[in-house]
Amino acid sequence: MKINIPTPLRSYTRHASVVDAEGASVGQVLADLERRNPGFRFRIIDEQDGIREHIKIFVNEDQVPNLDMPLRPGDTMHIICALSGGLEPHLSLTTTEAQPKFLQVTESRTILSWRRE
Amino acid sequence: MAKLSVLVGTRKGAFILSSDKSRKSWKVSEAMFLGHIVHHIVLDPRDQRTLLVAARTGHLGPTVFRSTNFGKTWKEAERPPAFAKVEEGQKGLVLNHVFWLTPGHASQPDVWYAGSSPQGLFRSEDGGRTWDGVRGFNEHPMRESWTGGLGDGTPDGPKMHSINIDPRDPNHMYLGMSSGGVFESRDGGKDWKPLNKGCAADFIPTPDPEYGHDPHCVMLHPLMPDRLYQQNHCGIYRMERSEGTWIRIGNSMPKKVGDIGFPVVLHPRDPNTVWVFPMDGSTVWPRTSPDGKPSAFVSRNAGKTWKRLDSGLPKRAWFTVKRQAMANDTFDPVGLYFGTTSGEVWASRNEGEKWNNLVSHLPHIYSVETAVTAK
Repeated sequence: MKINIPTPLRSYTRHASVVDAEGASVGQVLADLERRNPGFRFRIIDEQDGIREHIKIFVNEDQVPNLDMPLRPGDTMHIICALSGGLEPHLSLTTTEAQPKFLQVTESRTILSWRRE
Repeated sequence: MAKLSVLVGTRKGAFILSSDKSRKSWKVSEAMFLGHIVHHIVLDPRDQRTLLVAARTGHLGPTVFRSTNFGKTWKEAERPPAFAKVEEGQKGLVLNHVFWLTPGHASQPDVWYAGSSPQGLFRSEDGGRTWDGVRGFNEHPMRESWTGGLGDGTPDGPKMHSINIDPRDPNHMYLGMSSGGVFESRDGGKDWKPLNKGCAADFIPTPDPEYGHDPHCVMLHPLMPDRLYQQNHCGIYRMERSEGTWIRIGNSMPKKVGDIGFPVVLHPRDPNTVWVFPMDGSTVWPRTSPDGKPSAFVSRNAGKTWKRLDSGLPKRAWFTVKRQAMANDTFDPVGLYFGTTSGEVWASRNEGEKWNNLVSHLPHIYSVETAVTAK
């Protein structure tokens, strides 16, 4: 499947904005991504298999709740650096505010990488 | 001729300031890891060429980068520090950032220690390539009680810092935690005991608690390893380990200045000389210099008396000097360096008698360390 990679992670993908990986679930695809791009996974997935606070993952237009989410042939995964990423933890936005409107992304294929300083 | 480097970690990357023993002219490197939050950049004094950097970004999780050629090229740790994964249904610790790096004992050339937020201790035995949690701390049955949980810490997260190794014994270690206090291990980290007797913790309702204190910076003197100095949330302290009690040496600071601050710096050859950089810990804790008048203070008699050292510093300024943002070199006279939250590095070639600005307009400075190398 195709995975859209945001700019902060492209140092792991040899600057590729779109990469390929295989797997029947989000977790399996991320494991394959890690095999192909060592170090990638821990920057976005924590040691308890949680998606990091300021990272959002979408499959097509659906936000991924956890790594068990199954995948279908033809799905596209988007890894997004969320709006809240530049904040110190104690200033984090609420969950609702932090989630970008993903429909803005799909048309332009522009990966959101907003930072609020 | 010996080369002197000042290693600066900032909110937006790392920088290296370079000079020589004269300390008269300086070069500032390009930004390294631009955009990364660099909490600490430290040289391995055992090989004088390996640098480790503790980094994360606003979005991306924590990691450690490693250079074996003094910053020319970098590689990321193959297995960065991380807490142990817990079983399904349990809530496990998640590393937010690596806050502190300490090279191991001289007899253990590839060993490093890292302290994290939330409070965790990690050890590498291969020069920083791979890291494992120190189970004797991270899985200690008292860890949660000692640390007070995730809500009890500094505004950007509770931290482990000030990892000190006894130069006589690699198994004898001290560490500091905000929150938690000072802890000691005599068995290489297998077990830990609080070491806070005599230290105030006036923000806790319990009188004289065994733990829960807030050390900001703890330093062991390398030539007198049974002497510890501590800049605490509640004052400046010294401990003679055989006595086992912290003595508040900050009581002799000028009352208008007080004895609150973040860093404490020790003279490399004189265990009686110690520098601090006071900040305003009154009212809502501005953490800027008292009355906006920045100054270091030195004691030459282990804390009995203190002298103000502000020649060359701005008459008024409103920056903060963070806990790992002040350091010394090993030349004679000793050079001192501190970085500010407003992105300035200040230096003194004469033990604080006169200060000069080395560089301005860097990002918010988190850490300052020095490295004296052969060339």
